[in-house]
Order: sequence, then C-alpha cells, then structure tokens
Amino acid sequence: MDITKTIDDGTMHMAVKGRINTITAPDFETAIQEDIDKVTRLDIDFADLDYLSSAGLRVILGAQKAMAGKGEMVIHNVNETVMEVFEVTGFATILTIE
Amino acid sequence: MDELTIEATVENIPTAADFVDKKLEQLDCPVKYQRQIDIAVDELLSNIVSYAYRPEIGPATVRVEVQQDPIAVVVTFIDHGVPYDPLAADDPDITLPADERDPGGLGILLVKNSMDDISYTYENGQNILSIKKNLS
Repeated sequence: MDITKTIDDGTMHMAVKGRINTITAPDFETAIQEDIDKVTRLDIDFADLDYLSSAGLRVILGAQKAMAGKGEMVIHNVNETVMEVFEVTGFATILTIE
Repeated sequence: MDELTIEATVENIPTAADFVDKKLEQLDCPVKYQRQIDIAVDELLSNIVSYAYRPEIGPATVRVEVQQDPIAVVVTFIDHGVPYDPLAADDPDITLPADERDPGGLGILLVKNSMDDISYTYENGQNILSIKKNLS
C-alpha cells in the first residue's frame, strides 16, 4: 500500500494505492489520524486501490466519526470490489462516495 | 492440493496471502474473484491471529484445492486453538447511523456475501473453516 497526502487550506487530500488489509490498515490509520485535527474536509481517492478488508473499514468508520462533527469526508473513485464491500456492510449509506 | 502452515501472527498473514494468490494466478482466476478471495483470506487469518491462541502463538494451516466441473477454488483454514465458530454469531446491524456503528463482525459478513459456500467444523481439536468460490 502506498499513500500520498497533501494538506491544503483545511483540506486533506489522500490517495491510496494497493491493498488495505490487516497488515497495512495501521499505516492508513496513522496517515489519517496524525493530521485529521488540522482539517475540516477529508478527500480520499481510491482510484488505485485494489481492495480493502474490514481492517480498512474500521479505519474509515473512525475517520467518518471524527469528521462528522466538524466537516466532511468524501471518498472518490471506488472500484467494483470496494463498492461491494461498502454496500454489503451498509457503509454505502453512511459514507459520501463520489 | 497444496497447503502452507504458518505461525499465526499478523506479520505472517502476507506470506499465507501470497501463497493463495500464486495458486489463483496459476488458475487464471478473474481479478474480481481474486480480490474477493484475498479479502476472505485476510479476514479469516486475522480472526485466527486474534482469537485462536491468545496470548500464546500457534500454527495456522491454509490449504488450497481446485475442483473441476464446475471449476471452483476451496480454501481451508485450520487451527487447533480454542473452538470458535465464526458463522454462529449474528450478523451486525448494518442499518445503524455512523456514530452508533461498531466495526465488529463485518469481516465474516463480507466473506459470507462474496463466497459461494462457507462451512465450519470442529474435529480432532481443530477449527476447520472452508470457503468455496466458483470460477465460472
């Protein structure tokens, strides 16, 4: 998994490449949590994400809860596998996916 | 039939996942199915790591079998930790708003929904969990 991240004027842009699973989810969580207090918007681009497992869902749920009180989190460019994971778990209804 | 036994630790999950991936690549498994199986392997091995032997460490075996006519892959996970049937728990409530959500139980829910068959038995002191994915 590779993460690129920029913070600009209160918005965190993050692009994740590869796989978010048990072994990589802690790094994904750190990348979000270390800067989430500085932003009011979080954009996550999953265009190059192969898939995520429930370890990644746990991180996304934490980020969604953290952003809910102060701004917005938007997830972009999910592939078919990732969308299925969001739909089966009901995350599709609690996340903003564009 | 091929199998690999690892020490059930988080650090060893990629070794077992790569082992399964290599088998799937040999079968020309469609990418979509490979990703679903990869997710299932991650979920089921992380369950074993989390629950089977804690606080000790014990072995986990991953077995890959190919069935013909119709072609299907069966991946079996074996540990001899405490008896634990992940299929026995109720599915989590996926209709709750975000602030009431607990992420527990989502992994096994994903596996149940993406595989064509899943079965659990406890035999000879071993948890034996099998998943099956039809490739055609």
